[in-house]
Amino acid sequence: MDIHEYQAKEVLSNFGVAIPSGALAYSPEQAAYRARELGGDKWIVKAQVHAGGRGKAGGVKLCNSENEIHTACDEMFGRKLVTHQTGSEGKGIYRVYVESAVPIDREIYLGFVLDRSSQRVMIVASSEGGMEIEEISAERPDSIVRSIVEPAVGLQEFQAREIAFNLGLEPRLVQQMVRTLQGCYAAFSELDATMVEINPLVVTGDDRVLALDAKMSFDDNALFRHPQISELRDKSQEDPRESRAADRGLSYVGLEGNIGCIVNGAGLAMATMDTIKLAGGEPANFLDIGGGASPERVAKAFRLVLSDKNVQAVLVNIFAGINRCDWVAEGVVQALRELEIDIPVIVRLAGTNVEEGQKILAKSGLPIIRATTLMEAAERAVGAWRNDLTQNTKVRAV
Amino acid sequence: MSILLDRDTRVIVQGITGRMARFHTKDMLEYGTNVVGGVVPGKGGETVEGVPVYDTVKQAVEATGADASLVFVPPPFAADSIMEAADAGIRYCVCITDGIPAQDMIRVKRYMYRYPKDKRMVLTGPNCAGTISPGKALLGIMPGHIYLPGNVGIIGRSGTLGYEAAAQLKERGIGVSTSVGIGGDPINGSSFRDILERFEWDEDTEVIAMIGEIGGPQEAEAAEYIRDHITKPVIAYVAGLTAPKGRTMGHAGAIISAFGESASEKVEILSAAGVTVAENPAVIGETIARVMGKAA
Repeated sequence: MDIHEYQAKEVLSNFGVAIPSGALAYSPEQAAYRARELGGDKWIVKAQVHAGGRGKAGGVKLCNSENEIHTACDEMFGRKLVTHQTGSEGKGIYRVYVESAVPIDREIYLGFVLDRSSQRVMIVASSEGGMEIEEISAERPDSIVRSIVEPAVGLQEFQAREIAFNLGLEPRLVQQMVRTLQGCYAAFSELDATMVEINPLVVTGDDRVLALDAKMSFDDNALFRHPQISELRDKSQEDPRESRAADRGLSYVGLEGNIGCIVNGAGLAMATMDTIKLAGGEPANFLDIGGGASPERVAKAFRLVLSDKNVQAVLVNIFAGINRCDWVAEGVVQALRELEIDIPVIVRLAGTNVEEGQKILAKSGLPIIRATTLMEAAERAVGAWRNDLTQNTKVRAV
Repeated sequence: MSILLDRDTRVIVQGITGRMARFHTKDMLEYGTNVVGGVVPGKGGETVEGVPVYDTVKQAVEATGADASLVFVPPPFAADSIMEAADAGIRYCVCITDGIPAQDMIRVKRYMYRYPKDKRMVLTGPNCAGTISPGKALLGIMPGHIYLPGNVGIIGRSGTLGYEAAAQLKERGIGVSTSVGIGGDPINGSSFRDILERFEWDEDTEVIAMIGEIGGPQEAEAAEYIRDHITKPVIAYVAGLTAPKGRTMGHAGAIISAFGESASEKVEILSAAGVTVAENPAVIGETIARVMGKAA
């Protein structure tokens, strides 16, 4: 789960990370009012969306007056911000964060991630802050400092000092840097984060080390023990279909194609998508309905897949293990009867009791296209979708 | 003797009184697995499917001589159960539980290093379908009847995709020595590399099949190990060619975040290490058959 910049800053500041003074606003008027409360004569207005690359996309504006704050906010509120991380649809701006501008001496990149090679938390830092980490590793790989935290004892002071000195910080700033690093690590480990990124971490003209931006992601599997973090969820930043799926215990990712997929198991779901592509089609989604594949789940899955208006054919691929094919077939038939689907549906069943399953599909009288192998299923799905396009006789009414 | 488990392996089931665990305990017993006990704190003295339940893993080990464990405990408590098994002297543990917090798994891995290598428990999973040595024993939730006994060693991250591969082999009359699910989580007990090493030494295994997917460094690490240390033929398939970058595809670990983590990069790295790559999931069985010199 991702949270907003202002939320991440509040979380990190509770762990001792220094941040510039700032305030949240839900309207241009409120933004101007908050700026007056903060004082000073230079502010940064920042669109709160769950994506990086806001600056280049026009989501971060420097303002020198209340008027400028109004203008900046008018351009942001209600708009969709499209950055290189949001996809073409963009993400809606419903809140802005107003922050006092600070004089910047230098910018540092600081990231905490779960490193899957060492199976520990890794700190990644660079003296080239402000750029994306991908750019830094491509253009200035020598500037990157890495350190791995031993989980039994946590981040040690010497490690934090090493990072500070390797970044070339002046000795008078090292203690502030150590406090920042230890604060981030404490937040990461105590709150079950999967990512903390401060880009840039700045040294100000008056020798303060401040987090100018902050991003945090949390482990969905650990949210049960952090109710205060769960409350920070902002559904306006999520794909509505994906969050609806997640609420129903299904794992869904929307894609650009037009052949909908309903599969049990994540690996088999990816393999099914690959096979569709190989057969000349484009998958409309990734959908793992879990090992169970009960009739209720199959029905939910159909509803979800069909809510994507681009879907012109549906491929169901279930490998029945413990649950039997006849039971899965009943579920498919039941779902198709309930939903009155008028686009081609291709069903491939494999595993336990496959013959009985096929019989149930055949006897149902429904226009189900059956397949026995994965390749055959993908080819038939692509073929049916093409046919459907050329005939162009069917009108969708879902 | 096959790798990790055999007819004589004495198995306990942690969390045996749960609905899923009961069901699969019955299934494993029917397959011939030597299930000797279960563990649920506070339910010591009960029986499930004729198997005695104990309060702690230590009690179960003392009473039954168990050396392997299957963990069905819910995610918030699963890490604790794995560590309990490691401390009680269990040699091999399979964790089925899906949804364990990543930092709990970091702690589990760190905890296991308390024990010297020859006393350290082997863990596979979490979030896997388990391990099966066909015709001998099943430690997990897979349908046993889709596997024939034979000489192909399988290592896979995904459950149902592994079934797909096993079914394609069975169709061609090809059997499996052992199939090991290493799970779809970012931090797992054993990697491809760890299991490859075991198959290399296993007399029952002639060829090794790796079923990978997008995300994480373990396929690339395996490629390096295969190049330098594996003499047996290795066949691989990597799922997720159509998966977009930066999106989690169902498994918590299936997300492309660095070089070498996309399906096409993994295919390239594995091919360069001399691995025969099945280009699509429909030809996994066919590719293995070809490498074994059997007619497809």
